[in-house]
Amino acid sequence: MISQNSQTILNVQNLHANTQNTEILKGINLTVKSGEIHAIMGLNGSGKSTLAKVLAGHPDYEITQGSIQFDQQDLLALDSEERAQAGVFLAFQYPIEIPGVANSQFLRLAYNTIQSKRGNDELDPLEFDDFVREKMKLLEMNPDFLDRSVNEGFSGGEKKRNEILQMALLEPKLGVLDETDSGLDIDALKIVAKGVNHLSNEHNAMILITHYQRLLDHIVPDYVHVMESGRIIKTGGKELALELEKHGYDWLHDNLQNNAGATA
Amino acid sequence: MSAALQNLVNQPYKHGFVTDIESEIAPKGLNEDTIRLISSKKNEPEWLLDFRLNAYRKWLTMSEPDWQNVHYPKIDFQEISYYAAPKPKEKLASMDEVDPELLRTFEKLGVPMHERAALAGVAVDVVFDSVSVATTYKEKLSEVGIIFCSISEALQEYPELVKQYLGTVVPVGDNFFAALNSAVFTDGSFCFIPKGVKCPMDLSTYFRINTEGSGQFERTLVIAEEGASVSYLEGCTAPQFDTNQLHAAVVELVALDNADIKYSTVQNWYAGDENGVGGIFNFVTKRGLAKGVNSRISWTQVETGSAITWKYPSCILRGDNSVGEFYSVALTNNLQQADTGTKMIHLGKNTRSTIISKGISAGKSNSSYRGLVRVAPGAQNARNFSQCDSMLVGDKCGAHTFPYIQVNNNTAKVEHEASTSKIGEDQLFYFAQRGIDAEEAVSMIVNGFCKEVFQQLPMEFAVEATKLLSFKLEGSVG
Repeated sequence: MISQNSQTILNVQNLHANTQNTEILKGINLTVKSGEIHAIMGLNGSGKSTLAKVLAGHPDYEITQGSIQFDQQDLLALDSEERAQAGVFLAFQYPIEIPGVANSQFLRLAYNTIQSKRGNDELDPLEFDDFVREKMKLLEMNPDFLDRSVNEGFSGGEKKRNEILQMALLEPKLGVLDETDSGLDIDALKIVAKGVNHLSNEHNAMILITHYQRLLDHIVPDYVHVMESGRIIKTGGKELALELEKHGYDWLHDNLQNNAGATA
Repeated sequence: MSAALQNLVNQPYKHGFVTDIESEIAPKGLNEDTIRLISSKKNEPEWLLDFRLNAYRKWLTMSEPDWQNVHYPKIDFQEISYYAAPKPKEKLASMDEVDPELLRTFEKLGVPMHERAALAGVAVDVVFDSVSVATTYKEKLSEVGIIFCSISEALQEYPELVKQYLGTVVPVGDNFFAALNSAVFTDGSFCFIPKGVKCPMDLSTYFRINTEGSGQFERTLVIAEEGASVSYLEGCTAPQFDTNQLHAAVVELVALDNADIKYSTVQNWYAGDENGVGGIFNFVTKRGLAKGVNSRISWTQVETGSAITWKYPSCILRGDNSVGEFYSVALTNNLQQADTGTKMIHLGKNTRSTIISKGISAGKSNSSYRGLVRVAPGAQNARNFSQCDSMLVGDKCGAHTFPYIQVNNNTAKVEHEASTSKIGEDQLFYFAQRGIDAEEAVSMIVNGFCKEVFQQLPMEFAVEATKLLSFKLEGSVG
């Protein structure tokens, strides 16, 4: 959905990040504009999930170099809840369980906190109930899920749907989906993909982090980036994902080395 | 632990103020003369003086328990003043004459009195230090034959009734602190629900320790006759002091055939500062006797205060088909220590007990659950279910579980479940990523963790308890 009027939502420049004195991100450059869907692929340990957590402000990571501009703000100057309030949303790879806290209660607190920070009206429990039930239809969720504890005893698919539901409620400018497809059967994958496609519009942008091309059959990206050892080593269109699927990551590796050899 | 988490769990005690009222204080120290002084000050019957002296002599032969998982400097029992009474300016005819300073104190603590009591439908027997200064709703209750008054008053008005039950559940020599209490208790509450009466309202007592260096030895006795039922609430706060204060209360409950006693506590005494200076030593003996058939004793406690908590509200299930319940939330922070749990003693046939314990440790605190389930040889078909969950906030605190199970009857069914969880960066990050700050996140996680216990509390207490936990864990985040 790339258009003439696209605004830059995210601009990452030469981003380096450490955790426990080990450098994980080694110079990431990435520009995301409104209306775009980017896929970030790569093997385990390539730094994909770290990039997602760094964007969301996870306290375990230290930024040693580089900058992140988000919606004309210095994202690195904001702490994690301020980033959420500003419109960065992370759909977690492993959503935590919160025993005893009803989903409806958690969702309403998140919704109202973010609405009030954005200067909008909060919803009382009854209004919120109507509102959330509408959004749940999109993800084909059973209403009894509102009364269950947050993520407790949820199947993998239910947890991921719950993440997308939260994205639907919070209406972020930038949605970062960290391996949302992992652990989903094909039916659940289709429902989640339908939800994401529904939420994607010309005012927001999505970054999908995934191992597999499978998700990209259902959510078609505008760009595909491949990460390795903390860097984006290749960027292409949606065909890149298909090629990767066909030939494997080693192919890309050989390919790059051959190219490097050719230029040398 | 992150700075945010640290700030969060380190917030000052909000009820730390001293009410300036003249107190009448007995000289420090404990001997038979002190006991005679207390007894004569209170104009007590001879049998009670004998009861006290008997307890005192037993106490002299006992030594302070040291098996519990808490550490504190040795208490000098001769450095404690065993009697303190607020000096009444004159004899009080009504609530309007209560010292305004005192009323303001209760105001600050949110004690429902006057119209607030009426609106809330709660009768309050207010204990300020050791002497009751106001009792409400007594007349309304007496219409149905319920006696609800201070134990001093009960000793004057209904001495035979008190004599019949006092010390029958917790004998004078039961343990070191119970013996001490039996020797020197100065006041407390007495509640008697006659045969067939369902108490029409929750009965409530607010305790408050107010005189620096004074010991507090409350004595509570609740009796429900055949078919009677009562819900009793006890709530506590205390002002901030640097010297440790000893609190050694005894609570005895007696339920006859088909009677039902529900006893709920919210405890928020001063816990000491972040260096562990000051704070209350809460060494309490609480026990209920389910004496009659089909009787029920239910304890619910929310323990958030005190430097040291040593407390095991217990049920002796003597009557056939009797039921014992224990629902507990114990929150410790800074250098607080809590060793708390319950004892369920199954004696009768078809007796059932349930234990739900939720321990929350924050800061550098330590919290232990210690529980005993004993099934006697004659207790056919006894059932117990125990669930002990611990939650750690940060990584410098500790949680321990010491379950003791003694089964002497092969028809018994005893189940024990335990879990430990931790509020870590990842949980807080999940909330933060949804725009929710650490303070609200911890409050929500902790209150969710305690939900099964809070559901057992009467409505207004549940609301108070929810606020209290958030209160104890909140602070300036950021």
